[in-house]
Amino acid sequence: MHEMTTSLALAGELLARGDSQLLAIVLLSLRVSLSATLLACLIGLPLGALLAVGRFPGRRTLIVLTNGLMGLPPVVVGLLVYLLLSRAGPFGQFGLLFTPAAMVIAQTILIVPIVAALARQVIEDAWREYREQLRSLGASRIRSARTLLWDGRFSLTTAGLAGFGRAVAEVGAVMIVGGNIDGVTRVMTTTIALETSKGDLPLALALGLILISVVLLINIAAFLLRQWAERRWG
Amino acid sequence: MNLFRQSLAALCSASVLFASGVQAQERFITVASTTSTEQSGLFGQLLPVFEKESGIKVRVVALGTGQALDLARRGDADVVFVHDKVAEEKFVAEGYGVKRQEVMYNDFVLVGPKNDPAKATGKDILEGLRRVETSKAAFVSRGDKSGTHAAELRYWKAAGVDLETKKGSWYKDTGSGMGPALNTAASMNAYLLADRGTWLAFKNRGDLGIIVEGDNKLFNQYGVILVNPAKHAHVKKADSQKFIDWVVSVPGQQAIANYKIGGEQLFFPNATN
Amino acid sequence: MSWLQLDKLELTEGDIRIIDAITLKVGAGRTVILGPNGAGKSTLLRLMHGLLRPSAGKVLWPQALTQGMVFQRPVMLRTTVLANVAYGLTLQGIGTEERRQRALSALARVGLADFAARPARRLSGGEQQRVALARVWALEPQVLFLDEPTASLDPASSREVERIIREIAGTGTRIVMTTHNLGQARRIAEEVIYLEAGRMLEQSPATTFFKQPQTAAARCFLQEEIP
Repeated sequence: MHEMTTSLALAGELLARGDSQLLAIVLLSLRVSLSATLLACLIGLPLGALLAVGRFPGRRTLIVLTNGLMGLPPVVVGLLVYLLLSRAGPFGQFGLLFTPAAMVIAQTILIVPIVAALARQVIEDAWREYREQLRSLGASRIRSARTLLWDGRFSLTTAGLAGFGRAVAEVGAVMIVGGNIDGVTRVMTTTIALETSKGDLPLALALGLILISVVLLINIAAFLLRQWAERRWG
Repeated sequence: MNLFRQSLAALCSASVLFASGVQAQERFITVASTTSTEQSGLFGQLLPVFEKESGIKVRVVALGTGQALDLARRGDADVVFVHDKVAEEKFVAEGYGVKRQEVMYNDFVLVGPKNDPAKATGKDILEGLRRVETSKAAFVSRGDKSGTHAAELRYWKAAGVDLETKKGSWYKDTGSGMGPALNTAASMNAYLLADRGTWLAFKNRGDLGIIVEGDNKLFNQYGVILVNPAKHAHVKKADSQKFIDWVVSVPGQQAIANYKIGGEQLFFPNATN
Repeated sequence: MSWLQLDKLELTEGDIRIIDAITLKVGAGRTVILGPNGAGKSTLLRLMHGLLRPSAGKVLWPQALTQGMVFQRPVMLRTTVLANVAYGLTLQGIGTEERRQRALSALARVGLADFAARPARRLSGGEQQRVALARVWALEPQVLFLDEPTASLDPASSREVERIIREIAGTGTRIVMTTHNLGQARRIAEEVIYLEAGRMLEQSPATTFFKQPQTAAARCFLQEEIP
């Protein structure tokens, strides 16, 4: 409890000071995880939509697989990406290991299943409502997927958010592929891990509170967006 | 639907911008080092001096000694800076490293509960460890192929304790870095072999204090090695050599000696040019 | 001159014969399908339009005709009324300006020109159904299927929608409609197809059907249904 109050005070002080190191760490966390979320949406939203409206061999298997991969352990993804990007690995020549790009890649892989699975659910529900009318108007399956993706754009922000939440909060993947290098690949979660290792628990906790606040703020913004959208577009 | 295509285009460009923006374009080398060096705060003080002088950024990936050497074997680092002479010499002998040079030393200390239930206090590490084993007092091991772990195992052996048979629930093999291991030891009031640097910088000591120190055997030597460009052509040979040369030269050695916590020096430079 | 033929059409699901060997020819301009609940009216409509595939038998179109369909519950996309009406045209790849013009004029025909910029899903049920009609009308289909188009609407909206349907029929579009509303059926139908339990029991010109139904089942039905 005492640690909690110390941490709250510390968090407040760090924020008030506008500590430049802290700012850099927070900004990097946001850039890495937002990039990963954008990429994961580019891949996962169409994938989810196709899984929802498509009819092709292996569809059921792919759905089960996508759902299952939602639970990918971040540390395992980190290990796999590390092996791929290591100089001794197939993509070593790009020199991506221990850079933010590697972190973006790892997090993207981690959250594509989440985005795809949630998108599939949203689109599937919409498909049930729209299916006959869209077919009657002459929309192909692929065209329908496009239409439903746009139509469901507000619900799909939930999918994107879920992905972002998972990405910004994980430490296993970015620790391994990023290396937690000071000033280069150090993000909020790896800093928390480091400060905990050094025994500086109040600082670690303070950073944790800041991380939670960031995530909360983004979730509130998205909630308000959905509220507005519901009222405006129905 | 035009709006859809516009959003798609915006999404794509945003992703590319974000992703490429996070790639820094700067002159740097990658040094694989140990958690004890990192967490003692030495690099925080040492590297800015070198970076200012040379314009070369040093990116440190901090792992255990064993992991750092494995990383270098795969070619994912340009330099290793670790503390396990036997493993380092093997690394060079296998052709992965060019030359091993000594840089600095510090010492290990046996930390444990201040009330010392095993009565291990003293200047003899081997005797201290024997007493810990005899009393089956809780002991935390790093268990992670680190320099500290390797040293710990050597001490047990030298003390005549066969861990394989004597290991019991008192011996906690955590497989973790120095900091986490200290956290664990502090929370369960256990004994632990630590390097003095990390110990001095560590803030969550609980009821732990230094139990054994000053034994010559606790001497802990650090070495620096250039990863062999013959094995990994992409190694940044020139810049890495600059770093190594600087670290073993007067300014580097001085910077090492200058690093203190609470007025106490952590590392003692001992490079021989 | 029949423009649609059903040949021994069947739809089976598991053990249930939803549509049981229906053979008929549609030649009228305005055909209404009547029958009790569960008779298979909606299913038959969907088979005709191609939304369902028969288990046996054929749906034959002697001349290929363009088709459209309006459902009991109007399906509105989360966009403006105008965008909804233009959607079918977008699918056909029609250019932006022409699309806009055709959509606006279809909207005007259903009396909703002022609603063009409104979010479609915020409209009342009756208004949405009119938008649905405008959407399909903009495509100028040669055949329009309607599945209980006024069943979910209040009387005023119902009448307005009915007026639009009659106007569409007036332009030469062939109508095939199901309804529970006998008054509506009387007002619209040229020909009636009467279904019961998946079988077609009677097909007659409207005047005949309502005055003197040929089958006992149809007679029973007419007596019991609320006009």
